[in-house]
Amino acid sequence: MHPVILLIAQRIALGLLLLLASSALIFAGTQILPGDVAQAILGQSATPEALENLRRDLGLNDPALTRYFNWLFGAIQGDLGTALTNGKDIAESMGYRLKNTLFLAACAAIVSVPLAIFLGLLAVRYHGRWPDKAISGVTLASISVPEFLIGYIVVYFIAVKLGMFSPLAMVNDSMSFWDKLNAVALPVLVLTLVVLAHMMRMTRAAILNVMQSAYIETAELKGLSSFKIIYRHAFPNAIAPIVNVVMLNLAYLVVGVVVIEVVFVYPGMGQYLVDHVSKRDVPVVQACGLIFAAVYIGMNMIADIVSILANPRLRHPK
Amino acid sequence: MKNIPISALIGLFFTGLYFLTALLAPWIAPYGMGEIVGDVWEPSSSEYLLGTDSIGRDLLSRMIYGGRTTIFIATAATILSFVTGSVLGFLAAVVGGWIDQVLSRFVDLMMSIPTLIFALVVLSVTPVTIPMLILVMGLLDATRVYRLARAVAVDINVMDYVEAAKLRGEGRGWIIFREILPNALSPLVAELGLRFIFMVLFLSTLSFLGLGVQPPEADWGGIVKENKEGIVYGIPAAIVPAVAIATLAISVNLVADWVLNRTTSLKGGRGG
Repeated sequence: MHPVILLIAQRIALGLLLLLASSALIFAGTQILPGDVAQAILGQSATPEALENLRRDLGLNDPALTRYFNWLFGAIQGDLGTALTNGKDIAESMGYRLKNTLFLAACAAIVSVPLAIFLGLLAVRYHGRWPDKAISGVTLASISVPEFLIGYIVVYFIAVKLGMFSPLAMVNDSMSFWDKLNAVALPVLVLTLVVLAHMMRMTRAAILNVMQSAYIETAELKGLSSFKIIYRHAFPNAIAPIVNVVMLNLAYLVVGVVVIEVVFVYPGMGQYLVDHVSKRDVPVVQACGLIFAAVYIGMNMIADIVSILANPRLRHPK
Repeated sequence: MKNIPISALIGLFFTGLYFLTALLAPWIAPYGMGEIVGDVWEPSSSEYLLGTDSIGRDLLSRMIYGGRTTIFIATAATILSFVTGSVLGFLAAVVGGWIDQVLSRFVDLMMSIPTLIFALVVLSVTPVTIPMLILVMGLLDATRVYRLARAVAVDINVMDYVEAAKLRGEGRGWIIFREILPNALSPLVAELGLRFIFMVLFLSTLSFLGLGVQPPEADWGGIVKENKEGIVYGIPAAIVPAVAIATLAISVNLVADWVLNRTTSLKGGRGG
């Protein structure tokens, strides 16, 4: 078998193992208290009967290991259980929200990835001069403010002061695609701002690293223009690190979405998770945690696989 | 301490200012934290420097008390994460073998789940109190410190002076605290600043989501949550904490950068 296929198979197996272990960790995370979940949900003043009923509904009378495996096998088959608060099927109410969240994240990715790579290239081209310095300055500022505050600053200045776009991003199925895009404009802008700085900085570092190589010096001595050097010689060799950067930031985006959805009251996974954490609806929280962890681990796995594929020494072994 | 660059001085000044304000909050704040003194969302005036909040409390006093809560929790969580993370990291590096394997793989696993998501999962069953917040934030963040501490300690552990100490017959405690710790201190101190900022941001996010500091207590994230409705009417009360968090974060960053640069030049880096 080709060694690359073997490497990729190994990486996928590792990803699945990690996912399995993280499901156990998420499950254990909700069992951390010495008391039990029923008590935590109902509070100190709960009657013994109510506690007993809830324990029976949640299956808390079984040992933790049995419950974990029941939950895990259910989740593998797409059955995430029912929510405590409204008794609805979790997978059903999640499907629609997951679609919304992925739509939001995809819009943000489509805007931010090309922009970040272009600005990163620009920073390398003007290394040490004002565009480069401006980019570093913006990076420092944007990592110093939490995402939700960037959200409110954007709402305050763009939606309220300039009167553009709606401060709330309400979407539903009856809206046309264009209306949906209009509704998510502000959250997309905020998410772009959040990941842009990181992505730009890491792209810049990756390309600068390649620019130190001997073949770049050769290209310079050949008399190529600096943009041509960057995109013909430096960029192809920086693809692996850049894809890595992009994937890590997309994974980060998935988490940033949680907070931004709350800011803009967007009907997605993040809002769903946060609502149910405060209602102490443990099955929903576990299910959401599992989905977020799966997306996060999946993104990191793809990043690794792409960097394996982008490495010519691995693709064409001696 | 003579050649402190101007950026670090600015950073030190503002960091010091914030910590002092936090310590002296009851004497500095013009009004009490929960005291209703005026109308809802009054604009800033000589009486209320930053205006009033959603139920007529003085925003400046609330920011000062909120800063106290934020800084206290963030500091406590940072200390917890540093002590746990670095002790375990050093231990893993010095002892090696299966302890190192178990700890490192466990940390890898913890880091494969986004911190915020895992914190939300845990906070869904635990009572949201300040000690619990410190515990959850500190332990989750200890994984990052562990990584750094272990990486640094593995390098130091193969140095000649550590070898010499081992041959002298010093115990593990001596190796960790007398040989490795002093030499690992500078990268750790620089990281301390970044971790502290991360804690401030993390706590603000949790409070904003309603899962952090509970009312009537407030921290900066909570103040945003209380005043967020005002934004739509053009009232900037919710933006005020942004300025506070950003200036604190940037000034701590400037100090951390300086510490890092200073220590690399001590180790024979170029320039100074």
